[in-house]
Amino acid sequence: MRLFGVLFRLAWRNLWRNHRRTIIMLGAIGVGVWAMIFMTALTRGMVDQMVIDSIAVLPGHVQMHHPDFQDDPSVSNRMLISEADLKKKFDGAGFKAWAGRVRVPAVISSERESRGVTLLGVDPDAERGISFFNYDEVDGRFLVDASDQGIVIGRRLAETLETGIGKRVVLMSQDPDNEIADRGFRVIGLYSANTKAVEEAYAFVGKATVQKMLHIGDTTTEVVFLSDDYRNVEATFQAVMSAMDESVSVRRWYEIDTYLGTMLGVMDGFVLIWIVVIFLALSFGLVNTLVMAVFERVREIGLMLALGMKPGSILGQIIIESMLLLTLGLAAGNFLAWATIVPLQDGIDISVVADGLEMWGVSSMLYPKLYASDMFLATGVVLLLGFLASLSPAWRASRYLPVEAITKV
Amino acid sequence: MSAVRCVDLCKTYRQGDQDIKALDHVSIDIAKGQFVCLSAPSGGGKTTLLNAIGGLDIPDSGEVYIAGERIDNLNKGELADIRLKQIGFVFQAYNLIPVLSARENVEFVMQVQGVPSAERIKKSTAILKEVGLEGLEDRRPAEMSGGQQQRVAVARAVASRPALVLADEPTANLDSKTADELMALFTELNEHHNTTFVIATHDQRVMTYAGRLIRMLDGRIVDDINQRAA
Repeated sequence: MRLFGVLFRLAWRNLWRNHRRTIIMLGAIGVGVWAMIFMTALTRGMVDQMVIDSIAVLPGHVQMHHPDFQDDPSVSNRMLISEADLKKKFDGAGFKAWAGRVRVPAVISSERESRGVTLLGVDPDAERGISFFNYDEVDGRFLVDASDQGIVIGRRLAETLETGIGKRVVLMSQDPDNEIADRGFRVIGLYSANTKAVEEAYAFVGKATVQKMLHIGDTTTEVVFLSDDYRNVEATFQAVMSAMDESVSVRRWYEIDTYLGTMLGVMDGFVLIWIVVIFLALSFGLVNTLVMAVFERVREIGLMLALGMKPGSILGQIIIESMLLLTLGLAAGNFLAWATIVPLQDGIDISVVADGLEMWGVSSMLYPKLYASDMFLATGVVLLLGFLASLSPAWRASRYLPVEAITKV
Repeated sequence: MSAVRCVDLCKTYRQGDQDIKALDHVSIDIAKGQFVCLSAPSGGGKTTLLNAIGGLDIPDSGEVYIAGERIDNLNKGELADIRLKQIGFVFQAYNLIPVLSARENVEFVMQVQGVPSAERIKKSTAILKEVGLEGLEDRRPAEMSGGQQQRVAVARAVASRPALVLADEPTANLDSKTADELMALFTELNEHHNTTFVIATHDQRVMTYAGRLIRMLDGRIVDDINQRAA
């Protein structure tokens, strides 16, 4: 401990022998660490938002379908469970929210255009906590109940169909007997979503109205469940699994949208690679600083060796110096990252590039997410790699022969 | 028991195409408490001999003993241990660690030895006073004159009471007055603490302080005079 004291004192004072070089290096480390954390926060925010938006559109963290529904999402593959049975199983089961819905592919036609859409027959009361948009923000109005005769479509779809509130459209799909089932609806509301693609994809009608149109009684094609956090859906999944038998397929959101699931899975790897890449650039400066510091102090190191300091202590002194430099740079970088990310957490408007991002399902507002785990990761990686990078100059310093080092000019 | 014993030391350096014999079958025996000067013209081998005695350099052949322990066959760590515990060094220049104050420089060896703080402070205060640097304890080397720096180096060399002090041209960068003061200090420490001093020099005035004068030429001992007896 006493030896550590003298090594620490020497390392600290040597660090400030060349103020300018140390400050420049601290600046480089600080900016590098800031870049690591700031970019990670932006990426995390973007991916989080993508996941949240996408789950909202799915919707639900856990979904239940007929086992064949994923391959053929038609009404033929509906679940033959009555509304009453579903309520009996899931009401009061502790889910944040759940809803049964009819979800089938359909064609919507105005007097001018036709488009393929996903038709969602919903019960507005059950959907309120699950839907990806706020009912109160709908132009016109949202469905009043499951028997509502109107239809709510996205603004973009309305533009495409050249229709609007009060106008009529026709929905066409297939019933369980593969016969055409169609019906006219009046447009009662236009919803907005984070992306234009979503606004063009979904049409909402009353569940009972669709069930009647498709001749499926009170059965549904999917039941969706919401848990408190999309990162932890296991409890919800297990609860649904235990309530049902093998006649249905229960899946977590990341099993339904594997692209999103994979993206979230590789995010940690991406962050690590990003941190390592930035550190590699930094390491050149760090190693150069240490090599110069050692080179300038050859005689001094020779003197310490001559006085009886062991090579291992010289090695330790250089490594402590490197760790001090990195720790100060990390403190500056972490603080800088915190100070720049926190004010941006209300969102960064990136609508100027929104069209390009839309294909990735990214909305026009980016909300940086600063996770303590990312700061710890950056700090840990920088300290570990910094330690490894400083080994070479430290080793060289400890290998000097005192008689040669002390006479070095 | 001898403080220092060298047996048939040889050391050859290669300089261009030439082999320079820095030590050519050198054998000496220095008793504890002796004040010895190694005198030689430049390239005569005195620094090489001093380095071999201090374990800073390994001879090509021969044996070196410090307080009866053979050191020429020890590894780096073991040699560092011998230097730390038994030998004090004073070099010609660049003697001090620039980022440490006079007191911290004096305490440095003791701190590496693991001497407790209170004891270090007590010893460093006393020795700095003894070498006439009272009041300058907190000055860094850059804030002191060459003579003061050499005094700090001497204080550091003797602070932990080593059995042997090796000094290589300690007065080379000092004016005559400061050099005389430094040698008087060496003599006093030698007499009061019975510390063995081996000083490499080609300064005639320094030689007059020595009890024993060993003259070298081309890596060989050519004269070994007991000046006290003379």
